[in-house]
Amino acid sequence: MATATRSERPPRRLTVARGGRRWWPTPKILIGAGVALGIGYLAIVPLYYLLWGTFFDDKGFTLSGFTRAYGNSRIGELITNSLWFAVGAAILALVVGTALAYLNVRTDVPFKGLFFAASIIPLVIPGILYTVAWILLASPDIGLMNKAIEPVLGPGFFDVFTVWGMVWVEGLHLSPIVFLLMVAAFRSMDPSLEESALMSGASRTTVFRRVTAPLVRPAIVAAVLIMTVRSLESFEVPALLGLQNGIFVFTSRIYLMLRTYPPDLAAAGALAGGLLLFAVVGVALSNFIGRAGRTYQTVTGKGFRPRPLELGKWRPVAGAMVIVYFIFTVLAPLAVLLYTSLLKFYQPPSVAAFKSMNLDNYRALAHMDKATTALKNSLFLGVASATLVMAVMAIAAWLVIRSKIPGRQIIDQLAFMPLVIPGLVLGLALSFVYLRSPVPIYGTIFILLIAYCTRFMPYGMRYAVTSMQQIGSELEESAQVSGASWWQTFRRVLLPLLSPGLVAGWIYILVVSFRELSSSILLYSPGKEVLSILIFEQYENGQFTVLSALGVVMVLTLVVLVFIAYKLGAKIGLRDG
Amino acid sequence: MLTIDHLVKSFDGERRRRRGKQSEASVARVFAVNDVSLEVNDGELFTLLGPSGCGKTTTLRSIAGLERPDSGAITVDDRVFFQTNDRGRAVNVPANQRGLGMVFQSYAIWPHMSVFDNVAFPLQVRPRSKRLSKREIGERVGKVLETMELGKMADRQATKLSGGQQQRLALARAIVIEPSLLLLDEPLSNLDAKLRESLRYELKRLQRELGITSVYVTHDQIEALALSTHIAVMSAGNVVQLGRPRDIYQNPNSRFVAEFIGTSNFIPGIVRSRDGDRHTVETTDGRLALDSTATLPVGAEVVVSIRPEAVEISRTSRGGEVVNEWSGKVLTRAFLGDSVDHVIGVGKNELRTRNNPETSIEPGTTVYLRLDPGKLALVPVS
Repeated sequence: MATATRSERPPRRLTVARGGRRWWPTPKILIGAGVALGIGYLAIVPLYYLLWGTFFDDKGFTLSGFTRAYGNSRIGELITNSLWFAVGAAILALVVGTALAYLNVRTDVPFKGLFFAASIIPLVIPGILYTVAWILLASPDIGLMNKAIEPVLGPGFFDVFTVWGMVWVEGLHLSPIVFLLMVAAFRSMDPSLEESALMSGASRTTVFRRVTAPLVRPAIVAAVLIMTVRSLESFEVPALLGLQNGIFVFTSRIYLMLRTYPPDLAAAGALAGGLLLFAVVGVALSNFIGRAGRTYQTVTGKGFRPRPLELGKWRPVAGAMVIVYFIFTVLAPLAVLLYTSLLKFYQPPSVAAFKSMNLDNYRALAHMDKATTALKNSLFLGVASATLVMAVMAIAAWLVIRSKIPGRQIIDQLAFMPLVIPGLVLGLALSFVYLRSPVPIYGTIFILLIAYCTRFMPYGMRYAVTSMQQIGSELEESAQVSGASWWQTFRRVLLPLLSPGLVAGWIYILVVSFRELSSSILLYSPGKEVLSILIFEQYENGQFTVLSALGVVMVLTLVVLVFIAYKLGAKIGLRDG
Repeated sequence: MLTIDHLVKSFDGERRRRRGKQSEASVARVFAVNDVSLEVNDGELFTLLGPSGCGKTTTLRSIAGLERPDSGAITVDDRVFFQTNDRGRAVNVPANQRGLGMVFQSYAIWPHMSVFDNVAFPLQVRPRSKRLSKREIGERVGKVLETMELGKMADRQATKLSGGQQQRLALARAIVIEPSLLLLDEPLSNLDAKLRESLRYELKRLQRELGITSVYVTHDQIEALALSTHIAVMSAGNVVQLGRPRDIYQNPNSRFVAEFIGTSNFIPGIVRSRDGDRHTVETTDGRLALDSTATLPVGAEVVVSIRPEAVEISRTSRGGEVVNEWSGKVLTRAFLGDSVDHVIGVGKNELRTRNNPETSIEPGTTVYLRLDPGKLALVPVS
């Protein structure tokens, strides 16, 4: 019989079944090391070269780039414009997005279906198209809205080429993202907290003021910071709307500095450094607030929904507001693109205009070499970057979540680093790297591929990590106990289980790669244009009708892709931060 | 068969090992498993029983190779799975080369595979030199599924099975390679009470029929008593008591074991005299005579553990006819269907009793309690 005293018996002489094996790198170690090095390379090298290119010239350390960038009299105006534009757009997006989210989650507002149709707008209409659509609507000379009200208010009432116009376009484009963030915040809030306040005798308004608002405050502050950073990084709106009247922000100033000959790389680097600093501070603050918020935000897993607040006589008013919002964010921009794409030349709607409509622009598109090249390039870059990123991130997610390798958190942080780097800054940094590189990558499509992989690495990581977390570790351990090696376990158990998440991430990256402009604009070379660059060029050449046709095709393609991704059960909008 | 020698695993062991301070005892360490030694013989169903956090799962996972202990040795059939030497260097066979079977608490059934594929997996991932042919794998899997009464489900998606079927599937997968040792980590805890009970007997029958040596982890004492050939009761990383189910239930060696296994009343006292196994204990409420193999010296402080079913109650006294008879007053009672519980005030103490449903006495009534000397346990005060 077994007894507790057995431990006192002298240890038996044990036979060692497996002799001292020579250490040999297993596939696990080789693959893991390769993935970690790749991520580190993509995340760190551009920043290193950016700093180096900014602070060093042929003669050694120098601050002359900073003097040229910040030493002129217009720098104050630049910073004011940047902040005004960024904060303005963020506040507009926040007010609209939060109000809509509250209406949608907590009230019986009508037309709830429209909300989610509006929420995919930032995904299916690239920023460049959205901006062009608003120029067609509200330019003082040719804007359709101005034409419509000219008899009443005189010509040029709306002017999109002002800071207010920039705030309006950027804010509307960002509002669906805030909407999705706030919907998540309102939903994750335990309704019983509000109900217990009601039971304590508080009125609906008191409940909102004393309970609801304080509970979602961390989410609101985080959202406003993220939106400010995104607006600061935005390139399309300031470039298309601001440059016309000499309203400069960081991104458009950097672009212009590199456009003039000879390009002042050091000064552009100095400005990029300033922009990066703003972005880092904003993201760090929002993370800090998000973490502080978690300490008192109670999130329950219960699927219980409280009875929605009845709006009563305000219901039609709220419904009308929703419709107006839908018209401004979705319908008007899309309609004006479709309308323009069918015209021979751009003109306000009239009987003659509608009679002249045909599909010539689409036909012209099909026969345009540049368009087919751009489409091919965009497809190649999208598919290649999505595939590379998801393949590498699947392994990286395993390293971060499952392995016990010391320093695995560093891989996680490195993979997320590019999220903070503005696209234009990354483009500049990569040109610093590969202008000096002995390997002839600059001027080929591969420099764009490197840029895309770097920019989309954080998205891929988030998809892969989320899927990995959903797979119980016991599924993996049981394969191990069954005798499977690491690679067998990964291939036969983890990969099939991860695949829905990986495919969703793949499509998401494909979708966002189509709208990428701010990195590409600094890195492309003739013959290596992508679709968004082509639209930018056509805008500069004033080819509005062909541009609109291209835009319509692009939006349709993206709608199909997003639809597939939704079918795969991915909450795409929420990943977009 | 399975031998575990001085197994130690601390929570920050991983970090210590890397820093090379493994044997440094100066800093307080929190142990998941603290010096556990045990031996499991061929064909046994050995249970590690204890409350959550007692180290039972860590011990099991160390046997499986899913945790790396700090020191100690684990051997199965003279094959060393884990062993540290004086310098802290270790033999550590990876989990996938130990050739054991394991049933996980969540069953860990791969949801993307069919029932057949789940069971075939351990055979398919063997090194090519030892791999069976496709036909042999098919036959082997078919046979195991047949044993588990899952033969008709082979092509079904694994997630489409009911809880009990998933449990049997997990077991089928664990035994398909005919492992030398089967590890079970709370395999019944995810099932509802009724199913758990029927599967308990099913599991026992299978284990005995196949004669497969098993290590079973559970926090459910009824399950442990019903299934095991031997039980190791664990607490705070240590084995507190090791023995056959009946011994552990009847002669707990500590208050912890007596409290953890079953319900019990505890009455403190002092050993007054001893004659062979017969001890006489002076308690605050009177003398108790009881038989115990725990040889405690006269004058030792002890606790007498009285199981509720060891107390017989009646309205009438039998006076000097019996050894231990106390009187008390019924405080409350509860009808439980197959039994009636009474709480009886005796002096300052309250005693819980369990009797057959015919005996049901009004609260407030004075009753006589008779305590069978053979059913009382003497627990030393540590």
